[in-house]
Amino acid sequence: MSVLIYVDNTDGKFKKAGFEAASYGAAIAQQAGMKAVAVSLGKVDAAELQKLANYGINNVMSSADERFASMDNQAAAKALAVAAIQCNAEIIVLAHNNLGKAIAPRLSVKLQAGLVTNVTGLPTSLSPFTVNKNVFTGKAVGHTTIHTPVKVLTLSYNSFGLVEKTTDLVVESFDTGLGQADFGLNVEQTQQVTGKILLSEAEIVVAGGRGMKGPENWSGIEELASVLGAGTACSRPVSDEGWRPHGEHVGQTGKIIAPNLYFALGISGAIQHLGGVSGSKVIVAVNKDPDAPIFEAADYGIVGDVMKVLPQFIEAAKELKG
Amino acid sequence: MKILVLIGNVPDTTTKIKFNADKTAFDAAGVQWIINPWDELALTRAMELKEAPGSSIESITVANVGRQETEATLRKALAIGADKAIRVDADAQDAFYVANQLAQIAGGFDLIFAGVEASDYNGAAVGGMLAELLGIQSVSAVSGLLVEGNSIKITREIEGGSQTVGVVTPVVAIVQKGIAKEPRIPAMRGIMMARSKPLEVVNPVATETRVSFVSFDLPPAKANCKKFTEEQGKELINALREEAKVL
Ligand SMILES: Cc1cc2nc3c(=O)[nH]c(=O)nc-3n(C[C@H](O)[C@H](O)[C@H](O)COP(=O)(O)OP(=O)(O)OC[C@H]3O[C@@H](n4cnc5c(N)ncnc54)[C@H](O)[C@@H]3O)c2cc1C
Ligand SMILES: Nc1ncnc2c1ncn2[C@@H]1O[C@H](COP(=O)(O)O)[C@@H](O)[C@H]1O
Repeated sequence: MSVLIYVDNTDGKFKKAGFEAASYGAAIAQQAGMKAVAVSLGKVDAAELQKLANYGINNVMSSADERFASMDNQAAAKALAVAAIQCNAEIIVLAHNNLGKAIAPRLSVKLQAGLVTNVTGLPTSLSPFTVNKNVFTGKAVGHTTIHTPVKVLTLSYNSFGLVEKTTDLVVESFDTGLGQADFGLNVEQTQQVTGKILLSEAEIVVAGGRGMKGPENWSGIEELASVLGAGTACSRPVSDEGWRPHGEHVGQTGKIIAPNLYFALGISGAIQHLGGVSGSKVIVAVNKDPDAPIFEAADYGIVGDVMKVLPQFIEAAKELKG
Repeated sequence: MKILVLIGNVPDTTTKIKFNADKTAFDAAGVQWIINPWDELALTRAMELKEAPGSSIESITVANVGRQETEATLRKALAIGADKAIRVDADAQDAFYVANQLAQIAGGFDLIFAGVEASDYNGAAVGGMLAELLGIQSVSAVSGLLVEGNSIKITREIEGGSQTVGVVTPVVAIVQKGIAKEPRIPAMRGIMMARSKPLEVVNPVATETRVSFVSFDLPPAKANCKKFTEEQGKELINALREEAKVL
């Protein structure tokens, strides 16, 4: 029996969400007395695969088939099902990122497995198999039980963290048996944003709302973010107005993030906004309205003008990091 | 080309979440129900495609798995402009149950829209499961979609960027923000016309439940927000380091 963890790569590199899924899967394997097996699809070099030895993984099944670079969900689900059967997997873990979310439902149907997405922690019981998941966009937690012998889980970002545990990793290549007919997606063009901290990976996020008054005032946000090594985000009206790109919109209808530290600058804290950021460990709010709802979600706050406070933040951050 | 848009019926996004006394179920008292926000955007995009000059879209059907209460939501979808509605008369149990019901009615459609997740239980599962049950392609995190003959051109979000992909029908497009700018609001004429549009009710097929909710909890209340004055920006940053230990 084993726990199978899908660690996805972008251009041959693993990301933090993948290592977190590995850490989580390894912890379940230990809890259940099983082996932790990672699976990698697409061309990933030996040094990169070896990194999984830092996160409690015992075996890696690696398919170097370059066709997986197209991120074809149907093909990936098929390949993972082959891997799951080969290593007799009882529990399969994926990150709750774009790719994990796309593949897990298909995989669960193939394996006749119950699926719980957006999982926030280790199983609270192995029999019956019970885990917690986010519901109502972070406004509540649901305790769920899976009734099927095989289970598929997707892990909510930053809910478990990275757990270092060194192993003697065994890497084996595996043949998915997929043919050309299995790949039905034709990738025409890819735009990769470079040089920016990805919101989905950022440990710190600096976000601005309509209280920032206009796009010309974002230089302060960018500066604070760059000093802290943070990602930048915004409320929905800010992206609707075109002040910032849509990819920065966080909240119920935008990206859902859970960094360690979240700065809400000139953001009122509407319920739909909080839905996407309430998983953050620490929230800092600056708002001139003492009754703004953001202060109910915040851990630290300043009632005041963000234009006056932001330069102080930047200066203090420079001193800390300098 | 025939389009199917899946319609989730969810509490209004401003709903204050509460559960019944033994915390085993959502307390729906006084809740306003809406079309799941992403499904509303998907329907809007479907309408835009149908109305485009030279469009090959013959019809737009909307479908929901739910009890009679959800018909108001389906009528709203008809008022926005869908041609026909189907309701599978069953309680939505888990994602597999819902997907299996939808698979019974989804054959024959060329393009199926699902939302990235329902805003109530955040399953992010039904669209992908349906595609697998139908044995057809699915593309997720879709933020743009064009129809060109019988092939579909999709823009999707990938980690750290976006991508344009081509795929032949039939396909399930699992949509998110960006697929349409603003959701359409039903006009008076649409509301009048919706009354006479067909709303077919079909019986469910027997399906096992694979996952169930045992109970729910609200997140623990936050400790009070620690306040600093407008001049104490530095002190706040220091507290993040010394006290909260996040810097
Ligand atoms: C279905 C639906 C989904 C939605 N999804 C999202 C979502 O995903 N994400 C999202 O963000 N919103 C979402 N919204 C919108 C949400 O309801 C709010 O309208 C939005 O979050 C408000 O953005 P804001 O806080 O930037 O702007 P405002 O509400 O205008 O708030 C601006 C704040 O800035 C403060 N301010 C002004 N000047 C200053 C200053 N000089 N210094 C300090 N503070 C100042 C004000 O006191 C105010 O609190 C959604 C709405 C709906 C209906
Ligand atoms: N009961 C339902 N009836 C019809 N479609 C649904 C239902 N539940 C979910 N869906 C569709 O599946 C998407 C994802 O929902 P979920 O997997 O429940 O998060 C929704 O946006 C809808 O498009």
